[in-house]
Amino acid sequence: MKNRWLSGPYIVWMALFTVIPLIIILFFAFTDSINGGFTLKNITSIEAYLPILLRSVWLAALSALICLIIGYPVSWTIAQAKPGRQRFLYMLVMLPMSISFLLRTLAWVALLEDTGIINNILGSLGIDPLPLIRNNGAVILGMVYNYLPYMILPLYTVIMKIDYRLVEAAQDLGCSSGKVFLKVTLPLSVPGIVSGITMVFVPAVSTFYISQKLGSTGTVLIGDVIESQFKTAYNPNLGAALSLVLMVIVLICVSIMNRFTTDDESVATL
Amino acid sequence: MSKELIRLEDCSMAFDGELVLDSIDLCIKDSEFLTLLGPSGCGKTTTLRIIGGFQKPSSGTVLFDGVRINDVPPYKRQVNTVFQRYALFPHLDVYDNIAFGLRIAKLPEPELSMRVGEMLEMTGLKGFEERKVDSLSGGQMQRVAIARALVNRPKVLLLDEPLGALDLRLRKDMQNELKRIQQQLGITFIYVTHDQEEALTMSDTVVVMDKGKIQQIGTPEDVYNEPENAFVADFIGESNIIDGIMAADYQVEFFGKKFVCEDKGFGPREPVDVVIRPEDIDIVPADAGHLCGTVTNITFKGVHYDIIVDFKGFKWLIQSTDYQPIGEYIGIRLNPNDIHIMKKSVYSGMFGDYSSYSAEYDEISDSDIEYEDIEEETLYEE
Repeated sequence: MKNRWLSGPYIVWMALFTVIPLIIILFFAFTDSINGGFTLKNITSIEAYLPILLRSVWLAALSALICLIIGYPVSWTIAQAKPGRQRFLYMLVMLPMSISFLLRTLAWVALLEDTGIINNILGSLGIDPLPLIRNNGAVILGMVYNYLPYMILPLYTVIMKIDYRLVEAAQDLGCSSGKVFLKVTLPLSVPGIVSGITMVFVPAVSTFYISQKLGSTGTVLIGDVIESQFKTAYNPNLGAALSLVLMVIVLICVSIMNRFTTDDESVATL
Repeated sequence: MSKELIRLEDCSMAFDGELVLDSIDLCIKDSEFLTLLGPSGCGKTTTLRIIGGFQKPSSGTVLFDGVRINDVPPYKRQVNTVFQRYALFPHLDVYDNIAFGLRIAKLPEPELSMRVGEMLEMTGLKGFEERKVDSLSGGQMQRVAIARALVNRPKVLLLDEPLGALDLRLRKDMQNELKRIQQQLGITFIYVTHDQEEALTMSDTVVVMDKGKIQQIGTPEDVYNEPENAFVADFIGESNIIDGIMAADYQVEFFGKKFVCEDKGFGPREPVDVVIRPEDIDIVPADAGHLCGTVTNITFKGVHYDIIVDFKGFKWLIQSTDYQPIGEYIGIRLNPNDIHIMKKSVYSGMFGDYSSYSAEYDEISDSDIEYEDIEEETLYEE
């Protein structure tokens, strides 16, 4: 029973900074901004933001997919490398994360701007400036760039643990290397795929900074709307309601994802 | 047991400059049960992996049915493997594990289910089809691994220490079962083990290996009764190995006495190793013995006693069903067929002396799980 005390700090932390804020959000979401009475107005007015919400989910899902496509071969390569080299490659993946997220996004602005580094170089070659920034593509690029390590790390962990003997067993039973991948390696890395997608999708769907810097008014994301409700529009009730709906959507997405893994192999998320 | 199926010619294997296999020549006949026997790191697993196609020999030729297969990848060989620690697919159930190879071969579903059914029957796994493999016991996993390999009807089944992780009782049962399956199917089994008893029990041919070299190839009776050198004599069973000199054909001299033996063809006064098996020695009263010595230790082993007897400073192991008290002065008699003569080899003088006898010798040479770590580490770096 004594062991219970060990989880004490965490329980206090959770209560103070997760449960209570959640209750506050619930409270705000269902109260009127003027008289403070109970209302469903905030929730119903979300309808107007539905396209933005859907776009956020769409862009985040697309980013997660691109991260998977880029991240899987990378993780596989790292997991196959010799131990010393593995540590080095792992560090390379982690390295960008040691630089401020804001700074990295601003760096992309400097690169992609109409008068930015890339367009300057193109201009000196006599090519007209390309519209590299303030579109969906730039937002996705920002998301993929920032969240790729969150895809690579769980994938790498899972792929590394796959017993090489299973690969040999599959070869022994008639699999060419392509079939080994499809029949053994890929199915066994599903827990890593699920966890990677979740870890990219969840922050990406609620991000606001990336879309503000790399997107345009046409690529406003739900995170931007929520931020503006709290900071500029000063309607925390609507902001809370939007947060709540977003949370529900995320929970639904995560639970769908987790259905792909069996109970014992699902990676804890959220 | 007639025609040759696999031949290794002058096969060598080096990992990072370290020679693991040293010019192996080996011929494996169709439908024989051949065992590669040796201590850990002797190259037996590497030999198996070369036949399976998981490794290419650094030099030499591998022939299958007369065709060179050095560069044929594992999935194109008519060979299947039962891996050490099974290597079952954890994401598939028992049925799908067994059906794996047939699905890859795109066998039509009715035939597939018939053949998987046959295997389930043969390995006694009926009723386990839907079970997850990680919910099985070691013995059941072993059966799945065997069924998964045999369902493809390979010409050769490779088994890499398949019983290493099982307890003694189960191991004995599985030995009998493997032998039965091999005889029933009439295909070639190549079996790797470090357990000499297992090798003697199951094999048609035993290949004793050490330090990357084949020390002896022969039937179980051959390698036990006519060991080629001190290593084989010591590794297979227990042996007293004594320095001797051939006085003439059929006559060997050791401990200053001449004994009649059954070996000939040595040079005049050629130094030799004399092997005497502990169970062949007859204990007699001191005055009737060829040799006399003092009992220094006795251990009860169940079937017999292990008796250590000091002959002029050289300690012998004698196995007898009769108790001899410590300190007793006894004599022994040696019949000509109890004495086996071997040529001197690099192993001479390394084995066969029981001066540092410990009652645990059995357990030491029979450890339950002994994986060939050095070999494996090098393998997976590729």
